[in-house]
Amino acid sequence: MTYSRVHPPLRWPAYRSTLRRAPSSPLVTLPPGLTEQTGPAGAALLGDHQVDPLDHDLTRQHPSEPLGERIIVHGQVRDAGGRPVPDSLVEIWQTNAAGRYPHHADQHPAPLDPNFTGVGRCLTDPAGNYRFVSVKPGAYPWRNHDNAWRPAHIHFSLFGRAFTQRLITQMYFPGDPLFDQDPIFNSVPAAARPALVSRFDLSQTVPEWALAYRFDIVLGDTPVEEEG
Amino acid sequence: MMLTPAQTIGPFFSHALPWPDGPHVVAADAPGAFWLRGRVLDGAGEPVPDALIESWQADPDGRLGGPFRGFGRCPTDPHGWWAIRTVKPGPVPGAGGRPQAPHLALSVFARGLLHRVVTRVYFADEPTANAADPVLSGLPEPARGTLVAGQTEDGYRFDIRLQGEHETVFFAV
Ligand SMILES: [Fe+2]
Repeated sequence: MTYSRVHPPLRWPAYRSTLRRAPSSPLVTLPPGLTEQTGPAGAALLGDHQVDPLDHDLTRQHPSEPLGERIIVHGQVRDAGGRPVPDSLVEIWQTNAAGRYPHHADQHPAPLDPNFTGVGRCLTDPAGNYRFVSVKPGAYPWRNHDNAWRPAHIHFSLFGRAFTQRLITQMYFPGDPLFDQDPIFNSVPAAARPALVSRFDLSQTVPEWALAYRFDIVLGDTPVEEEG
Repeated sequence: MMLTPAQTIGPFFSHALPWPDGPHVVAADAPGAFWLRGRVLDGAGEPVPDALIESWQADPDGRLGGPFRGFGRCPTDPHGWWAIRTVKPGPVPGAGGRPQAPHLALSVFARGLLHRVVTRVYFADEPTANAADPVLSGLPEPARGTLVAGQTEDGYRFDIRLQGEHETVFFAV
């Protein structure tokens, strides 16, 4: 699938914030040079802010456990050619189970959870796999249109191996009744929307402890590395 | 394989993605270090206070990756300002191995941007290299000028106008 059939257009009037922020001029094609064909590998981009082994577990970052439905979110990161993307930083952030972010700009009247920040990081393993432990995020209201609610989602940030592969996206949960009225989800061409929806994964649930969802991610092509 | 579609970073990332030395591509005492600063403005000329800027570049010898971090990340402040501390990259070949002027690759993420927008930062004190650069020289004026950071007291300034008059040139990569 070509770029325009997968990614949302920058101007999408149903999502009002695009109206003053989407560029008016068409994007200029840039044949990638070495700057774009490379990118920060592994955790090197984090400098002194290294990944802690517990960063993948959002339920163990505070003295007590957060409230909510405990979930495992896992998947494989591959490139457009199907090759796994190993040793690559994955960052996530999400609301707590009540749909609230611990962010100064989120003031809607849902409770904060003192035991949940909702921020996680990990590196993909040699097969490109990642795994987080969290609680299921809640839906939350926003002011885009009358009685607007975002479907429950987890924000994902991925680097791949090259600047061209950088991706920020959102993972949704299967069967969410809020999909139809969400302009952010629906900005993606219909045929590509299923790629944003995780699937319930019974095989990775842990009896009497956690449900599991699988969300596989496909980044753009990995540039061919020139032999030095 | 079908690519995973992009979605907006949204307004609620500032407790999640930035970290203290994110804007410091190089150490404070690195030779030749300077501040690259600018504002992000929307189509009405208003500051964008909830954008995230990321940079990627070569080291002063033109090497990408390796021990040189090369990566910077800075959220905009309430007035739309961002800043990264870095050094000027060395020469890096472009498509087909053609020589290029020193430049940084920049990503801009924000609420209201359903996908990142990508641009390049060139330097005003490299007029000869800029004139020969295959990407810059392929752009008409005044668009070309939107990619050239002007000199300031402590480095360079690069404003990003997302939309409208003097709109920054953005690239499909
Ligand atoms: Fe969100």
